[in-house]
Amino acid sequence: MKKAFVKILAALTTFALLSSLLVGCGSNSGGSADTVTVGLLHSLTGPMAISEKSVRDAEVLAIEEINAAGGVLGNQIKYIEEDGASQPSTFATKAEKLVGQDKVVTVFGCWTSSSRKAVKSVFEDYSSLLWYPVQYEGMEQSPNIIYTGAAPNQQIVPAIEYLIEQGYKKFFLLGSDYVFPRTANMIIKAQVSAAGLETVGEEYAAMDQTDFAAIISKIEAAKPDVIVNTLNGTGNVSFFKQMSEKNYDASKYMTMSFSIAEEEVAAIGADILKDHMVSWNYYQTTDTPENTKFVAAYKAKFGNARVTSDPAEAAYDAVYLWKAAVEKAGSFDIDKVLSVIKTGEISYQAPEGKVTINGENQHLSKTVRIGKVGSGGLITEVFSTSSAVAPDPYLTTYDWAVAANIKPLE
Amino acid sequence: MAQFLNTVFNGLSLSSIILLTSLGLAITFGLMRVINMAHGEFVMIGAYMTYLTQRIFMAALPGSLFSMYYFAAIPIAFVVTFLLGSFMEWAVISRLYGREIDSLLATCGISLVLQQAARHIFGAQGVNVTTPKFLSGGITIGGCTFSYNRLFIMLFVALILFAMWFVIYRSNFGKQMRAVMQNRPMAQCMGINSRKADNLTFGIGSGLAGLAGCSVALLGSIDAGVGQNYIVNSFMAVVLGGVGKLLGTVLGSSIIGFSGITAESFTSSSIAKAIVLLIIILFLQKRPQGLFTIRSRSLDE
Repeated sequence: MKKAFVKILAALTTFALLSSLLVGCGSNSGGSADTVTVGLLHSLTGPMAISEKSVRDAEVLAIEEINAAGGVLGNQIKYIEEDGASQPSTFATKAEKLVGQDKVVTVFGCWTSSSRKAVKSVFEDYSSLLWYPVQYEGMEQSPNIIYTGAAPNQQIVPAIEYLIEQGYKKFFLLGSDYVFPRTANMIIKAQVSAAGLETVGEEYAAMDQTDFAAIISKIEAAKPDVIVNTLNGTGNVSFFKQMSEKNYDASKYMTMSFSIAEEEVAAIGADILKDHMVSWNYYQTTDTPENTKFVAAYKAKFGNARVTSDPAEAAYDAVYLWKAAVEKAGSFDIDKVLSVIKTGEISYQAPEGKVTINGENQHLSKTVRIGKVGSGGLITEVFSTSSAVAPDPYLTTYDWAVAANIKPLE
Repeated sequence: MAQFLNTVFNGLSLSSIILLTSLGLAITFGLMRVINMAHGEFVMIGAYMTYLTQRIFMAALPGSLFSMYYFAAIPIAFVVTFLLGSFMEWAVISRLYGREIDSLLATCGISLVLQQAARHIFGAQGVNVTTPKFLSGGITIGGCTFSYNRLFIMLFVALILFAMWFVIYRSNFGKQMRAVMQNRPMAQCMGINSRKADNLTFGIGSGLAGLAGCSVALLGSIDAGVGQNYIVNSFMAVVLGGVGKLLGTVLGSSIIGFSGITAESFTSSSIAKAIVLLIIILFLQKRPQGLFTIRSRSLDE
C-alpha cells in the first residue's frame, strides 16, 4: 500500500517536471523566432473595470490589426494579460510579474493615477517601458513612461478657460478621493482664483461610495453655476442617478466632467447626462477618415453596441506609436526605443488627428475638444482648438500656475 | 430650516438602506449566530435579479408595461435568494453549527465563489437598472426635494419590518423558530423539527438580503462587488443594536445612518466614515453586548 503511494508520487513528480520543461521550451523558442511579447495591465474587476475594459479592448484591436498587416519588424505580437483588480498594490505585483518574470518588451496599462504611481518605480527599477493611455493630472515625467492621454493643459485648463468664457462664475469641485482629482482641483482652484472668480465648494467621495445625499445637499447649499466633476468609475453612476432623482438636470446644475467618455455615458444613461459637458481630445463623432476606420473596426470586433472613447483611442494610438518607435529604432531594446523617442519625431496619424511624442516630456501633442452629451449617448463637439496643443505637464507656461506653485502630490 | 429638513431626510434615507441590508443579517447572524460573510453576495444576487427581470420585460413585453418590471423583480429576487440561502444552509452551514470560526471561513469562501460566478455570467463591468417611471424624479416641498425613489425605499423597509415582526413574534412558525434558537434540545423535546426551522430561518434571512438588492439596484451601478459596499455597515448595525433583537437593528441602523450623514455635512465623506467608526468603538467599549440583549433563562448567557 505504502509502496504504491510512493510510486504514484514519483510518477506525478516526474510528470510535473517534464511538463514544466516542455512549457519552458515552448515559450523560449516562440519568443526568439518570430513573435514578440507585450504585456497588458488593466483592471478587469473592481470599480475601475467599467472604464478600463474599453482601453484593454482597443489595445487588443491595435495588436490584432498590426499582426494582420505583418507584425512589427517581422514579428507577430503576442500579449500577456494581467488583472490589476482596481487595487494599486495588485497593479504593482502584476507589473513586476510582467517585466520581471514574463520579460515582456513593453507594457500597455493602468487608468487611475494611483495605479500608475504604484507601478512607476517597478518600470524604473527594471528599466522597462509603460504606455499610459489616460488623461491625468500632470506633474509627472518618468523616463520609463510614455503618456498618450492628455496632460492638464490639454484637457483641464482649456475646459476651465471655456467655462469662464461662457460666463460661469461659481465653481463647485467634486471628485473621487485620490491623486488625480485632488491635483486637478488644486490646478482648477488656482486658475479660477487667478480669473477673479470663486470656488464655492470642494468635496471628495470614497471610490466605493454609493450614497451621495450629503454631497448633493452641500451642492444645494453652495448654489454653484457649474460642478467640475472628477469622479471616477462607478461613483459617477451613483452621483448622476441621485442628482436626477432630485429632478436636477443640466439646466439646473451644469457639470463639466473629465472622466466621462462615451463608455461611461452608456453605463450611466444618456437621458440622465443629456446636455452635460465633457472635455477630451477625441469623441466617437470626431470627423477624420482614420476615425471612421477605427470606429468601424472596433464595432466589428466587439459588437455594434460598443462605443469608442478618448482613453480607448489613446490606448489604440499607444500601440501604433510603440510600433513606429520600434521600427524607427530597428530593435525592441528599451534604450534604443527611448533614444528615438527623444528625437521627438515619432508620430502617428491617429483617429483624433496627428499625434507626436514630445521628446522632452514623453507626452503627446493633441487637439483639445469640448463636447456635450447628446440624447443618443454620443458626444458632439462644441469647441475645439485650431491645432494640436503641445504638452506641458508641469504647467510652466502658465503664469498663474507658476505663481500658485502647484506641486505634485505623492 | 430647509437644510435641516434635508439632513433629516437624507439620514432617514441612509438609515433605511442600511436597515434593509441588515434585516437579513439580524436573522442569520442575530438569531442563528452564523457569521455569514456571503450575505453581501445575496444582496448582489438580488440586484442582478432586478436587472435580469428588467431585461426580460424589455425583450418580451410592450413598452407600456415596462415600469411594472420592478414589481415582478421583488418576488423573483426574494425567491431566488431564499432558495439559494436554503440550499447553502443545507449544504454547508448545517454541518458547521456551533463552529463559528469554521462557518465564517466557509461563508467567506462562498462569498468569493459567488462574486467570481457573477463576473463570469454578467461580465466584470457594472450593469445598470433603469428606474421605473413612477419612481424617477421627486417631489419638492419647501425648498427640499424628496425623491420618490428614496421615499419608496423607506416605505418598503417599513413594510418588510412589519412583516418580519409579524412572522417572528406573532406567527406559529416564529414561535418555533425562536424556541429553536434559544433552547434547541428543549424545542426538540416539544416535537419541533429543528432542522426544518434552521433551514427556513436561514432562507428567510437570505431572501431579505435579496429584497435589499432590489432597492440597492435603484441607487447606483450593479457589479459583482456591490454587496461588499453594504456589508460592513450591516454587520455594524446588528452588533451595535444588540445581537438577536429586531428593534436593536432598527436603532443600530439609524445611529449609523444619521451620524454618518450629519458628520458628512460638517466634514468630508472620508472623515465622516472615521467618525462613525469612532462612535461605534466608544459605544461598544461601554456596552459590549449592544443596545439590547435577549433575556433568557439558559445559564450560558
